[in-house]
Amino acid sequence: MIEVHNLYKQFDGAAVLNDVSATFATGCTNLIIGRSGSGKTVLMKCLVGLLTPDGGQVLYDGRDFFALPRRQLAALRREMGMLFQGAALFDAMNVIDNVLFPLRMFSPLSEAERCERAKECLERVGMADALRKMPGELSGGMQKRVGIARAIALRPRYLFCDEPTSGLDPTTARTIDALIHSITHEAGITTVINTHDMESVHTIGENVLSLD
Amino acid sequence: MQLLQQIGDWLVVMRRAMARPQSGQLFRRQLAADVWRLGVESLPLVLIVSLAIGVLLVLQIVLNFGYPWLPRFAIGYAAREVILLEFSTAIVCVILAGKVGSGIASEIGTMRITQQIDALDVMGVNSAGYVILPKVVAFVAFIPVINIVSVAAAFAGAFLLCWVTGILPPDTLQVGLQHSFASWYIWAGLIKSVVFAFIISSVSAYQGYSVRGGSVEVGRASTRAVVHSSILILFADILLTSLLK
Repeated sequence: MIEVHNLYKQFDGAAVLNDVSATFATGCTNLIIGRSGSGKTVLMKCLVGLLTPDGGQVLYDGRDFFALPRRQLAALRREMGMLFQGAALFDAMNVIDNVLFPLRMFSPLSEAERCERAKECLERVGMADALRKMPGELSGGMQKRVGIARAIALRPRYLFCDEPTSGLDPTTARTIDALIHSITHEAGITTVINTHDMESVHTIGENVLSLD
Repeated sequence: MQLLQQIGDWLVVMRRAMARPQSGQLFRRQLAADVWRLGVESLPLVLIVSLAIGVLLVLQIVLNFGYPWLPRFAIGYAAREVILLEFSTAIVCVILAGKVGSGIASEIGTMRITQQIDALDVMGVNSAGYVILPKVVAFVAFIPVINIVSVAAAFAGAFLLCWVTGILPPDTLQVGLQHSFASWYIWAGLIKSVVFAFIISSVSAYQGYSVRGGSVEVGRASTRAVVHSSILILFADILLTSLLK
């Protein structure tokens, strides 16, 4: 469970997040919705530590993200996976190396076991036949699938998805939604999705936070 | 004030970049790729430019300093001093600031605006260390090779001119090249090159890493990388030349 208490963030004196509090439940898809400029992305960036809030707390199962010592913070980060709006795949690496990256960086597994795990993740998102392709050779939907595979490679407890369906056709968008939803329930992950796609809200929204 | 802030930011980024790599395997892989891209792929440009400068330098000295009272071997001697001490170190590095520096800044800047660096940060990877350190180490480690290739190509160009045109006997050129030679000249050139390589790679990496915004900012960062590196190389050259006398 992720708890947000009285989060406050301002840019040049203008408050973007003003006293935001929310609870994101374990094992379900938590959606953050709101109009453009409402602070969805800023909230998500504060949740994952890409931005430091000016006030408030973010608790990961009771652990205060911004007050943790460095070592514990590094360990907590390894429990987090994130799918970025543009997938943010490393364009110098092929698909399998992208998914292997977090495993090579942090996993104590042997190289053979890492490869097995990466292939398992890619199979799960339906990309097992594109192992050697470069990100530039993939469509937007395929890149998002690989992004999901990379995000789940280390079996995260918390999964963050920033606008996972933006820029995709409706059919692909529903496929990505269904994939995130099923992965969340299979592994009991706390998933937080930032979206303005109302179809996603209707189909996979189990806990919805609306930012005005 | 802005200059002081930039220097401070550069120091902060470099301190993070110089941390021990989190994964030796990934560092070595990245290092090998960067040695190839920043170093080996720069050799053709260095080779062509150095060869041409070797030809032009001797040609200009013969045409403009061909006084009867000046011994002919002095042409080779002057060419060697210029090539060893300035051209193959400072001038080649200014040229490489254009190729390598802009390449580093635009690559890292693109990683920044496409959120690849954010992805590293969220994973808990030291993004500055992963992205910058291999580039700095690769370029600094490979620059002696570039320096030696440049010197050899410039000398080859000088000999080529002599053989093809007969403007100066090759033997006279050789006497000049060997006149009052001290191996310290080579070491001084190498030391200067290593410092310049660090300036190019670290300044350009910092410019790319600090990009905020879109593709226009990547272009600007790339231009700043070349301009700042070139100016710093020239200032450092003045300082090092007076220190390494």
